Amino acid sequence: MAYVAIADRDHEHELHDPQSFIRKYIWSQDHKVIAIQYAVVAIAIGLVALVMSVLMRLQLGFPDTFKLITPDHYYQFITMHGMIMVIYLLTALFLGGFGNYLIPLMLGSRDMVFPYMNMLSFWFYLLAVLVLVAGLFVPGGPTGAGWTLYPPQAILPGTPGATWGIICMLASLAIFIVAFTMGGLNYVTTVLQARCRGMTFMRMPLSVWGIFSASILGLLAFPALFVSAIMMTLDSVVGTSFFLPAVSSMGENLKHSGGSPLLFQHLFWFFGHPEVYIVALPAFGIVSDLLSTHARRNIFGYRMMVWAILAIACLSFVVWAHHMYISGMNPYFGFFFATTTLIIAVPTAIKVYNWVLTIWRGDVHLTVPMLFAIGFIFTFVNGGLTGLFLGNVTVDVPLSGTYFVVAHFHMVMGVSPILVVFGAIYHWYPKITGRMFDERLGKIHFWATFLGTYAIYLPMHYLGILGVPRRYYAYSDSIDFISPSVHIANEWISISAVFVAAVQLIFLFNLVWSYFHGKPAGGNPWRATSLEWQTPDTPPKHGNWGKDLPVVHRWAYDYNVPGAPNDFIPQNQPPDGSVPAGRDHGVKA
Amino acid sequence: MAIAIALILLVIGTVLFHFLSPWWFTPIASNWQMMDDTVHVTFWVTGIVFVAVNLFLAYAVIRYRHRAGGEKAHYEPENKKLEWWLTIVTSVGIAAMLAPGLSVWAKFVTVPDEAAEVEVLGQQWNWSYRLPGKDEALGKTDIRFVSIDNPFGMDPGDQAGQDDVLVASPELHLPLDKPVKMLLRSKDVNHQFAVPQFRVKMDVVPGMVTYFWLTPTRTGSFDALCEQLCGMAHFAMRGRVVVDEQKDYDTWLAAQPTFSKTQAELTGNAETGKTLFATCTTCHGAQAEGNRELNAPKLSGQGKWYLAQQLRDFRNGVRGTHENDIYGKQMAPFAAMLADDTAIRDVVEYIASLEEARPPASVLGDPERGKTLYATCANCHGTQGQGIWATNAPRLANMSDWYMQRQMQNFREGIRGKHPQDFRGAQMASMAKVLADEKAISDVLDYVHTL
Amino acid sequence: MSLTVAYGALFTGIVVWLLLVSRFRARSWEALPAGADVDPEHRTPPARIGLWIFLGVISSLFALFISAFFMRMGHNGVASDWKPFPEPLILWINTAVLILGSVAMQWARANVSKGDSKRTRDALKVAGVMTIAFLVGQILAWRLMIISGYFQPHNPAVAFFYLLTLMHALHVIGGMYVWGRMLLRMRAQAGEQHTDQALELTRKFRLSVELCTVYWHYLLFVWLVVFALLLTHSIDSQFVFDRLCDAGSGWRLASG
Repeated sequence: MAYVAIADRDHEHELHDPQSFIRKYIWSQDHKVIAIQYAVVAIAIGLVALVMSVLMRLQLGFPDTFKLITPDHYYQFITMHGMIMVIYLLTALFLGGFGNYLIPLMLGSRDMVFPYMNMLSFWFYLLAVLVLVAGLFVPGGPTGAGWTLYPPQAILPGTPGATWGIICMLASLAIFIVAFTMGGLNYVTTVLQARCRGMTFMRMPLSVWGIFSASILGLLAFPALFVSAIMMTLDSVVGTSFFLPAVSSMGENLKHSGGSPLLFQHLFWFFGHPEVYIVALPAFGIVSDLLSTHARRNIFGYRMMVWAILAIACLSFVVWAHHMYISGMNPYFGFFFATTTLIIAVPTAIKVYNWVLTIWRGDVHLTVPMLFAIGFIFTFVNGGLTGLFLGNVTVDVPLSGTYFVVAHFHMVMGVSPILVVFGAIYHWYPKITGRMFDERLGKIHFWATFLGTYAIYLPMHYLGILGVPRRYYAYSDSIDFISPSVHIANEWISISAVFVAAVQLIFLFNLVWSYFHGKPAGGNPWRATSLEWQTPDTPPKHGNWGKDLPVVHRWAYDYNVPGAPNDFIPQNQPPDGSVPAGRDHGVKA
Repeated sequence: MAIAIALILLVIGTVLFHFLSPWWFTPIASNWQMMDDTVHVTFWVTGIVFVAVNLFLAYAVIRYRHRAGGEKAHYEPENKKLEWWLTIVTSVGIAAMLAPGLSVWAKFVTVPDEAAEVEVLGQQWNWSYRLPGKDEALGKTDIRFVSIDNPFGMDPGDQAGQDDVLVASPELHLPLDKPVKMLLRSKDVNHQFAVPQFRVKMDVVPGMVTYFWLTPTRTGSFDALCEQLCGMAHFAMRGRVVVDEQKDYDTWLAAQPTFSKTQAELTGNAETGKTLFATCTTCHGAQAEGNRELNAPKLSGQGKWYLAQQLRDFRNGVRGTHENDIYGKQMAPFAAMLADDTAIRDVVEYIASLEEARPPASVLGDPERGKTLYATCANCHGTQGQGIWATNAPRLANMSDWYMQRQMQNFREGIRGKHPQDFRGAQMASMAKVLADEKAISDVLDYVHTL
Repeated sequence: MSLTVAYGALFTGIVVWLLLVSRFRARSWEALPAGADVDPEHRTPPARIGLWIFLGVISSLFALFISAFFMRMGHNGVASDWKPFPEPLILWINTAVLILGSVAMQWARANVSKGDSKRTRDALKVAGVMTIAFLVGQILAWRLMIISGYFQPHNPAVAFFYLLTLMHALHVIGGMYVWGRMLLRMRAQAGEQHTDQALELTRKFRLSVELCTVYWHYLLFVWLVVFALLLTHSIDSQFVFDRLCDAGSGWRLASG
């Protein structure tokens, strides 16, 4: 499909303002509409995954009270929850949602360079989600192999959904990858070729840097998942032996022989680790912009930040086997992968320092987006530091497979990016809708989410150190070291989880209510410098920039420049101080 | 402002939680104390960073929060010197954690020459073990040899394997203070053999043999868990490792059969069994068709391996010893009348030769609902309720439903499956909790009638 | 194997990072140095960049398939179940046909820059026919495998043969779709103009033909890699190698 668009589209596409409702909002080729479509579908499917996690927590916290789910269901929910949150929510939302919305607006272009392909990308994504949801209804239900889908169990009896469910999952992933490839080509090419005059690479906002490098990672890493999905489908349907060795399943000796389960794990994590950064890098970028804008200070060490993003992106391809220290691979690999993994902590730490140093000596406005950004720093520091435990091969051995791991990855790639997502939605909501959200509700949402998630995950670390294994449907009293206090912790965690999940309704309510009743926001309510706040209309119209494209004269972080009359200078403001004709800067006194 | 206070409180709270929480490493039982030490080093380094960064963040928020007419932000694109310093300090901290980590790992990958070999065999959803016999070498195995008579998949033609000691129970004994290399093999899917007190663990991967090594340093009994998702009953896949003094270990070892012994004792004599079964007919009936009035379940059609195992359990006191197990206690003395394993095999052989009749249905429920619930049971007992030897799951179809109902209640109430040696019963006990109430049990049993 | 991949990736990563960093040294907060900004008007057309990025994605895909090939083969030494088989001879013919297709594409590209629309169309048609012939040939090869009894899915050598050829064929079919649309549009335009000679080839068309050519060459390259991989691991490769070695040593002896 991709070829069509590449070969047929001219780069100077004309803008035809779509007239009919369907053209404008359904079969839309406008990046802003596509972004919202992506976001709505991602959040909708994410809510499904959230409900699943609540059901799992109720089972774990109150195993004898709520008989809501069986072990089959538990493992199916675990699998779907993980896969949906990582791929269909976070990846889709950061790249399909924020990527689509922000890249053209921040770079001063009219749209993505291949709008038709961009539209196809969304429809393929929707199809992938539908196939995934269809998996819930096939005989045997969805797959319960864990989100890592390790063979052989993913396709052998004894695992829920080992026949139909897994095929739906693999098909859905393959479609998602096609969708992502179409989107990713767009994001990368747009960044490379459609920046407006004056927007050099080193003047791009860090949000764009994050999304840009994450897209490149995705384009190179998703093929690994594609390859493993195809090979596993063949193992399951045709009877090949790529991943299946000779096994005796349920007392029957199967025909397979010689396949390597570890081969799948290598392929999966060759995708899976960069995937962590596909989610994290956009979050890093966006949070940098939130911090800078609301602290009214230039982002500290911009160049270091860009290099750190690039270093993380490059290194993320050589750390994958730290997920496999005790998978049975050659243990000597541990030396290599522990070293690379701990090296990647250096650029990551630099990013954290620079965020904190941006606040230091700033003029910190504690707005809702800023609260989420600060919450992110705290959560990410916590999750990043526990990563040093699991990345270091020796320390990983006792902790892997326990709740320590669950706590770590939820802090670092669950809660942290989600806090950024919330902050970003609050930050750009006025631009997207033209109205302000309700600040009080936003603050309640922040406090409940931030404190609630910490209440969930802090005790989990310690359960993990005790040795409580993850992916257990129930902890019978026959495990000697699991004391009654562990059950109390589980109850506490479950109550917090239900609370945090419920609080998200406030967020959804705020989004909908403010759309109709929020205060009009004006063009630039945060008095921000980057281009998306300088559009002639809010929300931006099709084509974004009216008659003339903007021209950029400075970087995106000119806050409180000594001698400047305002505490910010928009990127498109010429050095002589004159206001570009026909532009409403949204500067309100 | 509130956020800064919250950050400070969270930091204090986290540190307090760290020191006050009741959850910490289980007391170590192996030579891997240095793994704990590495964890401690990591905790110190990361803990200091955690406190320092977050307190500085809180300070910055308080000190530089926006105030009307307050000072402007400081414009400073970068500070190379500061960034370099931070990079260097971070790198030093990272190296301080990595260096001990790698040096301990070097020990992990070097198995001492004197380590004795023990093979752990994982399958859905139980553990068994194999030890080399007098020749100190493990025989060859292959999945294609796996069968009900040869569950370890031993190569019958390999002489080295004849004296291998086979431990069919999930309980393994290890001698104190002797290094041991655990060889891990799987029959079906990925598992992980983990004893938290030993710290070290490793995935068990089909198609290859993985390993780790340790020296047990204190006696005791430790739960072995599967920590790699292996299907529906992953959470109920449990083993045990008992660390013994050498003397106790030798006693245990002597009681375990060798491969050649198990092969010599595969079948029983139905003729002898018939004589022995005469006693049983009083309650279980001449055709072993069962008798509800006498609380004797139907036996005919049940898997031989299951009957033999239950008889052994009754005889060894694993079953029929719980004070509330009224009917089990009745069975126990009868089982004790079978003199030895040979007698058990004979009687079981005879039962297997009996004609089977369909027992009357006595438990009624909602079979439609039962069908949905049975999906979980089918994982072990088979979609047709036919029973699967590999999962230690007896046949359910065409067996006495009133008996199964009572056993389900016993499992749920802790009357059955509580004995420390009753691993399979314990597994069923945790699965039985899936059925919420009496009605769910009846529904499932009524569905089983239709199979 | 995977450690080799890891070290390779690490090395590449460091080089890429150094290259990138050396490129991105500008002090962003200062005024733009002269020549730092390329005028958007003079940038390469996005379609061309997009295609090259896409070729990068395909490279990643096939590189991963090929690593999987080696890792599966090298699992526990050479996997005992890996049973090589003689490659169908027709693959040689298919290779030749695909090369001809690429040559024809190159011919179309030469003509399109000359502005000769009729020859361009002819060349495109030849290229298309050759490519279809290649696909038919591949199907024949698959049939031959089944007829000759080598089709055993649990033999990984066979499974990889089908997997790699099929993945390549799918990419070729994708290219054929674009080719078909391009040809149809050319015909439509020619119809409007009523005469082939008068048809003015737009910049857009030139770009389409150029990009198609790049894509064709690239797929030819991928095929050659795949074919070489399959060939060197087939049953008669050992024989061929032995002959070559014999010939080599013979030659050395003669010259010595």
